[in-house]
Amino acid sequence: MSDTLKGYQERLAQAFDGKMSEFAGEVSVFVPAQKIEAAARMIHDEFGFKFLSFVSAVDYWPAEKPRFHAIYRFTAIEQKLTLNVRVPVPGISPSLPTLEPVYHNANWHEREIFDMFGINFEGHSDMRRILMPADWQGHPQRKDYPLGYEEPQYSFNFDEIAARKPRGKE
Amino acid sequence: MTQIQEVSLDEIRHLVSDRAISGETMLLNMGPQHPSTHGVLRLLLELDGETVVNCIPDIGFLHTGIEKNMEAKTYQKAEVMTDRMDYMNTVGNNFTYSLAVEKLIGLDVPPRAQALRVILAELTRIQSHLVWLGTSALDVAAMSVFLYCFREREEVLHIMELVSGQRMMTTYIRPGGVWRDVPVEFEKAVRDFLKIIPQRIDEYEAMLTKNPLFLDRTLGIGPISAEDATNWGLTGATLRASGVNYDLRRFAPYSGYEQYDFDVPLRTEGDVYARYIVRMEEMRQSVRIIQQALDKLPLGPVRSNNHKFVPPPRSEIGTSMEALIHHFKLWTEGFSAPQGSVYVATESPRGELGCYLESDGGPKPYRVHFRTPSFDNLQVLPFLSKGFLVADLVAIVGSVDIVLGDIDR
Repeated sequence: MSDTLKGYQERLAQAFDGKMSEFAGEVSVFVPAQKIEAAARMIHDEFGFKFLSFVSAVDYWPAEKPRFHAIYRFTAIEQKLTLNVRVPVPGISPSLPTLEPVYHNANWHEREIFDMFGINFEGHSDMRRILMPADWQGHPQRKDYPLGYEEPQYSFNFDEIAARKPRGKE
Repeated sequence: MTQIQEVSLDEIRHLVSDRAISGETMLLNMGPQHPSTHGVLRLLLELDGETVVNCIPDIGFLHTGIEKNMEAKTYQKAEVMTDRMDYMNTVGNNFTYSLAVEKLIGLDVPPRAQALRVILAELTRIQSHLVWLGTSALDVAAMSVFLYCFREREEVLHIMELVSGQRMMTTYIRPGGVWRDVPVEFEKAVRDFLKIIPQRIDEYEAMLTKNPLFLDRTLGIGPISAEDATNWGLTGATLRASGVNYDLRRFAPYSGYEQYDFDVPLRTEGDVYARYIVRMEEMRQSVRIIQQALDKLPLGPVRSNNHKFVPPPRSEIGTSMEALIHHFKLWTEGFSAPQGSVYVATESPRGELGCYLESDGGPKPYRVHFRTPSFDNLQVLPFLSKGFLVADLVAIVGSVDIVLGDIDR
């Protein structure tokens, strides 16, 4: 790992009182949920990571504090560096500030997280479901959402099947 | 919900202009069955005459829950699902997933398998670009290119069938190597293909590159600057047409890409025409890579002999008790990966295809996420198409090269 990247990670951890974890040669910096927008601005403006590779999340149910981890990966194309950031999110009314003003492509990634995990993004310009139908209930990638082998629901038998379906907690 | 779902305008009120509410501009639905949306993409267009004022993509029609389904399967069995994501780049999906699993468990791949992976991935890139070229030329009304492209694509699919028995959903690249060694006819088949394809690419270029009708439809359409393209998370040829040199094969070489000599084609205009030129040149570079990989294709095993993770060959099972135990363990329980998370990205024909894999120490992945290039490349469509005609929108959708299976997963 290059010293420049190490320097960035340490500065980030220091500025946002985060800790670091390492696996398979890759370091993730933990940043508290309220500070992710400030951290992203620092990463974008000061460190020069102009490219957001992806945003995703992991559900650690039944752990509650924190239940989710949001994962961010930033790339500095000229410097050939990548930076991983993890943000713990509590299970009760999970919410994060949006990164949309800093990285435009966070828009759909955050919508996908909202759709799949039910994490709300404050200040997001278009917080709707993206992959599932608009009237879907529950968030499919939560660990307490059953995987399935479900009967296909059609309009004529929807209520009948919905009544005996195991549902994840909202 | 027993009635048909109704989408009210309130839900998308913030995405359209005030003129749409007063009825001054028209809201028009395009897709999901429209032939030039390359799959099941629905676009809600706000039109002023024929000019696009706003474009609201609606995706998810092909959502099959691949990420969720993979959490319920062992590492080996989950791999077949990756084929079904980006159905133009099936080999590349297996490749990315296998690299992620190998990084997670720390498995080494023999050099012959690495070279075979590169050859097949580059063949897939040519195949995918041929489909892109055919269909996007069709979008701008160049009918004949489509037929020629599919003729050559068939040659690649024959090679895929030769090595794996399947034309598209190959699952040939497995964690630890490849399924089995290529047949003896493989080298000749690839060399025959390499002999014809450069002149065929010249033929396509003769039909399009200086064709005034094609130029009218593509030059200056849907431009994006390097800065915007980076900020919108574009990758692949769409990003490189804007002048940003970001190719994962150079940025973070994997599977021995550092030993091959190839150029990364770049343009600075960032319009539909620039993306076309970049992709045409990429096909030629892929030919160069395959040529080099084939020339120095090493001999040796094609899968790792660490039988804790890779099933032993069939021949050993009858003679070795240990091999039988490994075989039984691997296909029933699977192998356990250490607790942790990895992210591996490869250069798919469309851009950065990444696999985020997290393990809780058990035999099944705890979380799999695919960072798919089409997802980010489609997202920029409203930005690209604003102010252009509906006919140009079709050319732009074609030029960013989306695969809906890749977007919806």
